[in-house]
Amino acid sequence: MFAITPHVRRKQRHETIAKWVFFGMAASMIVPLVLIIGYLVERAWPSLSLGFLIDVPARGMKEGGVWPALVGTIYLVVLSLAVSAPVGVLAAVYLNEYARDNWFNRIINLAVINLAGVPSIVHALFGLGAFVYAARFGYSIISASLTLAIMTLPVIIASTREALASVPRTFREACWNVGATRWQTIKAVVLPNSISGILTGIILQVSRAAGETAPIMFTGAVFFKAVQKGDFFPYRLHEQCMALSMHLYTLSTQVPGVKESVPFATAVLLLGAVILVNATAIILRGYLRARKKW
Amino acid sequence: MNTPPTSRPAEESFAVRKATRPAWDVLSERALEILIYLCGISAIVFVLGIFFFVFKEALPILGNSHFSLTQFLFSDQWYPTSELNKRYGVFAMIAGTFSVTALAMLIAVPFGLGAAIYISEFCSGRTKETLKVVIELLAAIPSVVWGFIGLTVMSRLIVNYTGAPVGVNILNGGIILALMSVPIIVSIGEDALKAVPDSYREAGLALGATRWQLVRRVLLPAAKTGLLAAVLLGVGRGVGETMAVLMATGHAVHIPHGIFDSVRTLTANIAAELGEAPANSDHYRVLFLTGVLLFALTFIVNLAADLVVRGIRRR
Repeated sequence: MFAITPHVRRKQRHETIAKWVFFGMAASMIVPLVLIIGYLVERAWPSLSLGFLIDVPARGMKEGGVWPALVGTIYLVVLSLAVSAPVGVLAAVYLNEYARDNWFNRIINLAVINLAGVPSIVHALFGLGAFVYAARFGYSIISASLTLAIMTLPVIIASTREALASVPRTFREACWNVGATRWQTIKAVVLPNSISGILTGIILQVSRAAGETAPIMFTGAVFFKAVQKGDFFPYRLHEQCMALSMHLYTLSTQVPGVKESVPFATAVLLLGAVILVNATAIILRGYLRARKKW
Repeated sequence: MNTPPTSRPAEESFAVRKATRPAWDVLSERALEILIYLCGISAIVFVLGIFFFVFKEALPILGNSHFSLTQFLFSDQWYPTSELNKRYGVFAMIAGTFSVTALAMLIAVPFGLGAAIYISEFCSGRTKETLKVVIELLAAIPSVVWGFIGLTVMSRLIVNYTGAPVGVNILNGGIILALMSVPIIVSIGEDALKAVPDSYREAGLALGATRWQLVRRVLLPAAKTGLLAAVLLGVGRGVGETMAVLMATGHAVHIPHGIFDSVRTLTANIAAELGEAPANSDHYRVLFLTGVLLFALTFIVNLAADLVVRGIRRR
């Protein structure tokens, strides 16, 4: 009665083919990339050392390390997130805890979505027009950080909202019922229960702010700046700075005769830093998700 | 805050407590809520701000008698620094943007959706989690690193295997852009498939359908709007991408005739020339006008994706 008919056999064959085709599609997006990263590391190997991190560029950036660019990137990331994280979290609190479903708030949602889709080079034009010229910050770390802050803002809003929305409504109702106001509820119940998700979202933006090039290229990043080796505070906020992403672009397109492994090492460093930060966020998220009690 | 004595009746103690809440506490809470509201509307302010400032810098060129908007949009002659015969036509760049994005989508859409189907329907448990994490890490690779990969690795491969005279061309940019848009297509596509109710799957399997039959006859039709949104967001990313295409597509301003031609995209054009254009010159203003064009393009694409997603939710 359950003998395998030709029809069933054909069906099973199609199933196997489909499965392997889809597997191949998934694999073909990942495997070449792993190979490419391996190749980058191999080419970068002669330059990869601790000295590369803490040395300053030498002989017209043809050799040496990346210290000034590394410090500049840290400046930009810290400053931009110092602006976008509080604003983004509070905006998400408004959207998730206060806003009613009316046309005005739908427009805010639309604005968040579109802000996330604005091309990075348009952010650069905005930063140039608004911060460098109109606000008279000039080409400076401030202008570049603010431009980056506006670029990371919508993603922080979205991830924070998701974290806030995952707190069950019953938690809030319990708190309201003992007479707490809206803000007291947010402070005592909603934020403590979603802080892990909020932090994960912010950490993920660290890597994004560190990797972006176009928005800082015309607002505050500079090709080269003389910095002492090992100087932790080489920049002032109204000055321009170097940045890793910009440094990689400069080395690979603008400087002739660079020692071959130097741009590769810069790329590997940038890639490694970004993957490290993201992996940390992903592990943190997994750990906290496993501990969640509801 | 002082706790009311327990001997009082419940109703009275509530009233007392409310009355004794210090004024500064109430006021600071009010102030904080106003701050929260201001942050909430900041997204609108920034979107309008971006449009305002970019448009403001571009505006004077529209009133200039040497400049015509039709020429800007439909002429392929771009000689911004010529002494005698300045021409500001970005049609070649529009063609560049569309050819690179179209090639990228031709590669990324089937592979991205295929990967999304594999992750969502054909694997489970640890494999699924691992694949999702890898896709997430892929999405984090900075665009300048992609550009560097295009410039060094991909261009060498293209020259070696196709015999093209230069390795930085539409093919290179298209492949790089495809690899960059796959993560977003996979994650949104997977969300769309996840949103199909399990009862659909159960009904299909109960009728004896294989997974493949289920995907083809049930899931794809049910999730098609979500998958469309995934594709649209991929297009939005492709049109707006700057550094990777700047480094990987070469720098020729002309209308391409094949995938081995070098092109320049709208975004790359701004990135390449903004540094050289003196502030407030015509050249500078035309670059800002290109920014307005890009802003409008991505706005439309993202709006369309949002409407599509909203359509699903309503249903």
